[in-house]
Amino acid sequence: MAALLGRSCRKLSFPSLSHGARRVSTETGKSLNLYSAINQALHIALDTDPWSYVFGEDVGFGGVFRCTTGLAERFGKNRVFNTPLCEQGIVGFGIGLAAMGNRAIVEIQFADYIYPAFDQIVNEAAKFRYRSGNQFNCGGLTIRAPYGAVGHGGHYHSQSPEAFFCHVPGIKVVIPRSPREAKGLLLSCIRDPNPVVFFEPKWLYRQAVEEVPEHDYMIPLSEAEVIREGNDITLVGWGAQLTIMEQACLDAEKEGISCELIDLKTLLPWDKETVEASVKKTGRLLISHEAPVTGGFGAEISATILERCFLKLEAPVSRVCGLDTPFPLVFEPFYMPTKNKILDAIKSTVNY
Amino acid sequence: MPLHLRSSPSLKSTFLNILRQNLGFGSRSHVTRHIRQNLPHDPPLRGSQNPIRGFCNTMAEPETLSSFGQHEDASNHQVMDFPGGKVAFTPEIRFISESDKQRVPCYRVLDDNGQLITNSQFVQVSEEVAVKIYSDMVTLQIMDNIFYEAQRQGRLSFYATAIGEEAINIASAAALTPQDVIFPQYREPGVLLWRGFTLQEFANQCFGNKSDYGKGRQMPVHYGSNKLNYFTVSATIATQLPNAVGAAYSLKMDRKDACAVTYFGDGGTSEGDFHAALNFAAVMEAPVIFICRNNGWAISTPTSDQFRSDGVVVKGRAYGIRSIRVDGNDALAMYSAVHTAREMAIREQRPILIEALTYRVGHHSTSDDSTRYRSADEIEWWNKARNPLSRFRTWIESNGWWSDEAESDLRSRIKKEMLEALRVAEKTEKPNLKNMFSDVYDVPPSNLMEQELLVRQTVNSHPQDYPSDVPL
Repeated sequence: MAALLGRSCRKLSFPSLSHGARRVSTETGKSLNLYSAINQALHIALDTDPWSYVFGEDVGFGGVFRCTTGLAERFGKNRVFNTPLCEQGIVGFGIGLAAMGNRAIVEIQFADYIYPAFDQIVNEAAKFRYRSGNQFNCGGLTIRAPYGAVGHGGHYHSQSPEAFFCHVPGIKVVIPRSPREAKGLLLSCIRDPNPVVFFEPKWLYRQAVEEVPEHDYMIPLSEAEVIREGNDITLVGWGAQLTIMEQACLDAEKEGISCELIDLKTLLPWDKETVEASVKKTGRLLISHEAPVTGGFGAEISATILERCFLKLEAPVSRVCGLDTPFPLVFEPFYMPTKNKILDAIKSTVNY
Repeated sequence: MPLHLRSSPSLKSTFLNILRQNLGFGSRSHVTRHIRQNLPHDPPLRGSQNPIRGFCNTMAEPETLSSFGQHEDASNHQVMDFPGGKVAFTPEIRFISESDKQRVPCYRVLDDNGQLITNSQFVQVSEEVAVKIYSDMVTLQIMDNIFYEAQRQGRLSFYATAIGEEAINIASAAALTPQDVIFPQYREPGVLLWRGFTLQEFANQCFGNKSDYGKGRQMPVHYGSNKLNYFTVSATIATQLPNAVGAAYSLKMDRKDACAVTYFGDGGTSEGDFHAALNFAAVMEAPVIFICRNNGWAISTPTSDQFRSDGVVVKGRAYGIRSIRVDGNDALAMYSAVHTAREMAIREQRPILIEALTYRVGHHSTSDDSTRYRSADEIEWWNKARNPLSRFRTWIESNGWWSDEAESDLRSRIKKEMLEALRVAEKTEKPNLKNMFSDVYDVPPSNLMEQELLVRQTVNSHPQDYPSDVPL
């Protein structure tokens, strides 16, 4: 299912090879960082649907990461507003708004603070349509939260909680890797008729800069993308980690190992077919994510691929992930799945 | 001068009087939400004839303020502009008491014998509405008893009654319009009943058959109806409260002549979602009515183990919400309070909190035997002496709107309908297996399609492991 034809390479600061007729990659756009691309998506979302709302803590002045800059001024305080400091209230309110047919685009200030809303997300949002026999739904709900390491974030500004949400039937979980991806994916999430949790790699808010088309476009959900082709080993990741993984792939290539790199993009429901096709070709799989390795989403990918590709595998599935500790401050460099950890794992997998 | 009586001026002028005495300050246009303004320190309404002024006003009572012993010392300016508005200083170290000397009084109109209390204010109801209120209370009572028995007989897996709370259920529903959206807990089927949900529809959900709108996915009493603007019940406590606030905000933005109404018990007020919702509702100026059925028990937990405030009504002020305490077993008072609350909520675009005092006569559910934690005498007393049905029946009979004959006709008709609904629901087949996999998302993703195939294969191989009444 992976569209491997017609891609064009571009020299950019992070992997963003594009391919396929669906992509708008050949169009030039403005050079934007991640928070600006997200900001653009939000402007377009509110512009194209008068019954869409953006709210959360501090979004009125533009948000602590500037993702909501200019929205309140342009669309008014009735549609873009600050909420009290209460994640369970923010998400609960958003569910009610979405249940009435509106698009509720909720911002949780850091993914580390999403847990008070976990009950609302799991017990209400995820089950809203199913339990009502499809009489009701809250598909208009999108929850955005910055996630991931930032270099100095410590326990409570660095978490990657995606695995908790991937275990919840009824919601979708999406993580973009770059500005152009983020804009298209976010618009898809907002317009998808299911509640979605959208984790934004905060490390890339300013660091990642890319040409982003200025018009309204959407990137499909539940479609993984092969962003680098190879034959010896398949690497699967998402978000900011892909930048690290691509560097490892470049280094591995110098040592004669050809790596295929896949951006999963949507973790729930995830595109098994693309990963399966790749592993059947390469015979090896390595998964990398910042979240702690035990119970991380890499385990789900590993188990699924084992079921589907057992006889094709030349080596055990490798996971290069965060460690099983709270995210440390001084020890962050030791905790993180670095390029060299990945490179070492690539080599030992290939040499198994 | 009494403001009501059957022979009083028109419905509208009586009602307007009630509204006038409840006029709040600081309400603003709902067209745009402005930067918060400080509450003006206007004097309270003067010359009001209202004998129960004490709890009608949204202003702080002058008595309360003076108990702080504020001085107007000319040499010191006693006011300072901290963020949030002007606040007067006091040199006395005085804590606000944890409770008032007296509990907030409870609004009621009919006494325990169903007689209209003199000088009571209420919103007049027509004969038609009053008879429907009473009939639906009877219907709810009969439905509850029959379903409960059906569970005891093993025909139903589970049931939870609303016995003792019929007035809250029906009278509150009667005071709303069909456009008001309801976010229930699970003890408010009467609101659905009032709106036209049939006994058959209730039974279908309880049996989870193929006519159940919920498609057999949830336990009995987890009703929902988009046609009747009643959001599907979820067993999680108080999660519906913030949802209701979001829905109310939608109605506000759409300029609808409607509000959101959400129900919950005394136990629910301890959940974080209660506090989150009330605070949001106040800040968003959302037209939502919070109706608390304070029935004294959260399963086996009495209210003394639930909170130490004067019940629930006093919590409204903490969030800046206008509140009232009502006798939940007085249908006329419930009707009046909800009617008034709705008018305020929509006209002033603000939330209202109603604490309806009542008693949970039934067990928490069929999984509970409440005689293990409370006396059978107590239950019996509430069922007999404080029964909401008999009080209201007395009143409608005194108006010449009801009779013994009407009573027995109604009861025998409903009983028959109910038994027939049970019979039909029981023998209707269950929903097709495919309904297990649909509606998780708008469209089933590939993993669910795979899993359905696998399950069907397994069912083929081991049919004896699976219930035969679920069509494949």
